[in-house]
Amino acid sequence: MNSKSLYQEVILDHNKKPRNYGALDHASHYAVGHNPLCGDHLDIALNLEGEHIASIAFQGESCAICKASASMMTTVVKGKTRADAETLIKEFRDMATGTLNLDAEHHLGRLTVFAGVRDLPTRVKCAILPWHTLHAALNSVTTTSTEAEDDPMHAAIGDA
Amino acid sequence: MKIIDSTLKPQFASIFDVEAIRAEFPILKLQVENKPLVYLDNAASSQMPQPVIDRLVRYQTSQHANINRGVHYLSETATAEYEDSRRKLQRFINAGEDREVIFTSGTTDSINLVMHGYGRKFIGVGDEIILTTLEHHSNIVPWQMLAEEKGAKIRVVPINDAGELLIDEYEGLFNERTKFVGVLHVSNALGTINPIKQMIAFAHARGVPVLIDGAQAAPHMRVDVQDLDCDFYTFSGHKMCGPTGIGILYGKAELLERMQPFKGGGDMIMSVTFEKTTYNSIPHKFEAGTPPIAAAIGLGAAVDYLSAIGMDAIAAYELELLNYATEQMSHMPGVRIIGTAPMKTAVVSFEVKGVHPHDIGTLLNQEGVAVRTGHHCVQPVMLRLKVPATTRASFAFYNTMAEVDTFIAGIRTVQKFFT
Repeated sequence: MNSKSLYQEVILDHNKKPRNYGALDHASHYAVGHNPLCGDHLDIALNLEGEHIASIAFQGESCAICKASASMMTTVVKGKTRADAETLIKEFRDMATGTLNLDAEHHLGRLTVFAGVRDLPTRVKCAILPWHTLHAALNSVTTTSTEAEDDPMHAAIGDA
Repeated sequence: MKIIDSTLKPQFASIFDVEAIRAEFPILKLQVENKPLVYLDNAASSQMPQPVIDRLVRYQTSQHANINRGVHYLSETATAEYEDSRRKLQRFINAGEDREVIFTSGTTDSINLVMHGYGRKFIGVGDEIILTTLEHHSNIVPWQMLAEEKGAKIRVVPINDAGELLIDEYEGLFNERTKFVGVLHVSNALGTINPIKQMIAFAHARGVPVLIDGAQAAPHMRVDVQDLDCDFYTFSGHKMCGPTGIGILYGKAELLERMQPFKGGGDMIMSVTFEKTTYNSIPHKFEAGTPPIAAAIGLGAAVDYLSAIGMDAIAAYELELLNYATEQMSHMPGVRIIGTAPMKTAVVSFEVKGVHPHDIGTLLNQEGVAVRTGHHCVQPVMLRLKVPATTRASFAFYNTMAEVDTFIAGIRTVQKFFT
């Protein structure tokens, strides 16, 4: 895979001008996600009104892939129900790890710009971290990690 | 240790036949992303030249058996070759005796051996261990484990913004409870060469033994453990053209003899009954079980290879690579070199304004350039210098000035891409 093709215009744009970036006052749900392998972290705050995500914001320190993934994620899940968000989280993870059949029916839409990350094993976690953190926030887990036991991407990749 | 100073004539590069050397490294002919590989991740692991590969093949095809036990031809041959390799390593670091050279699985294993063999016997409650901010995690974590177990305390030598140890602060840390010093010879993240000879002398004047983590020094400069007078010196084979899974612990014989064994098993014993086991003499006391025989012999071939080129010639050439890269990078807007000590090996850690190291690493790979990104297993250094992560280019004697140019052009491409 040509890695430049991963860094498509839309990803570069979201990296440069991240949407929904910053803090959120009076968030009902909140989580911090860490990728201990590279030191990246981001936090996600959201307000659930009933079952709907009324507002959502993120901030943190991360690479372009992670930041663009977070930015696009917030624009896509805003206004969706918790259940719809969980579906997207699962589909996004499956896409990033190469287990999703993109030709079959799915709900990812333009998020498929991240499909190429499945060929860059060292960068999969960068793309997944925001989704993992959203999952934690929705389930009232306040800190999570790409190395957490329940992470489908959990794998010992040394960083020595 | 002889330190190469920067007054060396720059035309040295023209007499160092790097192309002839490169021809001996098959992997350097590789294409990555349809570009010639530019391998600048030598501080993580170096590549292997054909003579070392050939040596491994010869061992495996005509000399292999288990050592120290059989009376048959192959066992005697393998034992002789293994011990011959030990003597090559002894000469490489100028150890006084071959029994002071212990084969381990690598630097981490060597440090853990000293922690268990020396630390657990001689360091107790309230005692203090001096380490430095620059240490690799492998020279921090074992000592933390010991400190937790024994109720000992770790004191840390700070660094300045250039990445140099503050020697006055180091000397100020000593007191009557100081029992051990662990310091790396060369910083893996920044390339800083520490004044270890001076630090060892200061510790010895207070009766404190010193372990030197030489993982980033042994591949790049002449090391003389008797001149340094260090008590322990550790390094890894795979960072110096040898195989993975092999490393060295040098220790002064009288210290090694007083230490308790680290791992128990075969080969490290003189006699075993269920009532009492008598340990073997050094170095065998610390080489339990069947060692990585092939890797040990391969490392012997690697130091033969390096010695034939000459460690002083390697150091001088690598310094030219460093100076060339540093000179260009210090004039690039938006690029900041992390680690600017006057005495450095050929390691350049840097930041590019507005671009995360992982994105730099992925995009440089697109140009065929292999660099390391992340915290380099030195989170305390990153914290102190207030950088979450860096990109690191680390050079070896088989890199060329043209490869430095490709690397610099790659950084420019990354910058353009993100603006």
